Amino acid sequence: MAVVKLFGAWLSPYCYRVIWALKLKGIAYEYIEEDLSNKSPLLLQYNPIHKKIPVLLHDDKPICESTVILRYIDEIRPQNPLLPADPHERAVALFWIKFADDKSPLISKLFRTDGEEQQAVAKECFEMLEVLEEHALIGGKKFFGGDEINMVDIAFCSVAHWLGVIEDFAGLKIFEPHKFPRLNSWIQNFKSVPVIKDNLPDTDKMLVLLKRRREILLASKSS
Amino acid sequence: MAGELVLLDFWPSPFGMRSRIALAEKGIPYEYREEDLRNKSDLLLQMNPVHKKIPVLIHNGKPVCESVIQVQYIDEVWHDKAPLIPSDPYQRAVARFWVDFIDKKIYELGSKIWKTKGEEQANAKKEFIECLKLLEGELGDKTYFGGESLGYVDVALVPFYSWFYAYEKCGDFSIEAECPKMIAWVKRCMQKESVAKSLPDQEKVYEFILQLKKVFGIE
Repeated sequence: MAVVKLFGAWLSPYCYRVIWALKLKGIAYEYIEEDLSNKSPLLLQYNPIHKKIPVLLHDDKPICESTVILRYIDEIRPQNPLLPADPHERAVALFWIKFADDKSPLISKLFRTDGEEQQAVAKECFEMLEVLEEHALIGGKKFFGGDEINMVDIAFCSVAHWLGVIEDFAGLKIFEPHKFPRLNSWIQNFKSVPVIKDNLPDTDKMLVLLKRRREILLASKSS
Repeated sequence: MAGELVLLDFWPSPFGMRSRIALAEKGIPYEYREEDLRNKSDLLLQMNPVHKKIPVLIHNGKPVCESVIQVQYIDEVWHDKAPLIPSDPYQRAVARFWVDFIDKKIYELGSKIWKTKGEEQANAKKEFIECLKLLEGELGDKTYFGGESLGYVDVALVPFYSWFYAYEKCGDFSIEAECPKMIAWVKRCMQKESVAKSLPDQEKVYEFILQLKKVFGIE
């Protein structure tokens, strides 16, 4: 296998999506941590349009956008498939991955807003969770992927880990286990999977960084 | 393999047009059903309970929602005719990246052009043209984004052409003047029957936008 490099940021759920996929597929890679407040010339060269992480470099060819990267990884290493083989089941999986992509930014928005704006975002988050609870986890499956995790489970990582940390930080209570029993089971199951459990950002470290970032945000808002 | 195929759609929707083009490219017969978005059918609400939006492709009673997913589904199931998505994984990733870019930028910026005025509209126009220029860069000297034949990116982007006249009238600018290569590509696409028959008349779309502006109280 040619050289694989991943440009990422330790706090980003989108970066972890790619890390988990690479590990599930047994693909060796070199990880390059990016300082998002001081992006490297290489990152800007490989992702000139969005200038964001993650970026996967395979044989010096860049692939950008986490979902695009996940599908690429799944296609170049077909073992342990991350999507169903049946076209309709795959279309359903892709639907939920798109839903995750469209809604996940709400979770980081919770942390970047306050007052009325934050309340509005919290309401939207709650509605997202309701949709998942009602429509996505029917049939009593352990994971979105059935008995094993797949790309849909990976795509909802923000709900599984980042939401809880940001709630704690912001003093919010959006996800209540008794209100979302199926989702709660899924979160416990997902975070118990070894590749996930062993590769999650440390909660305490996250809280420290979130606190610092929020201070900077509020300072720039008031100035 | 064909089975029963129904497309729930709304005539000015650029998203619906994507599926129309894909089906036409592959010569697949289907039933087109026009939805009244102010009075959505029970079938639409049942087939897309999460978003309640068109287009919805129903194949043998099973729904496929989201236009880009529909195009991929159509390409997979009817893979022997007019392939749209590249077979090389890296080329696929590039195509998916640009379709994602189109989805993130073009519709939203276009909407801002007809919905807003003043500085907000001016910023939207500027960014819209910048995005089209980036797409022109990706097109390069190719006949289509897909190379010698229509591809995934072409199908995702060309429907917005039916809204260009509306954007130009509302925003008082010329897209062709700013992005001649883009319009040249559009014209090549419009020579294909699958595209020409799937896009509504631009004047009709403009009239529709004017009606929407009245309803929303936008001047």
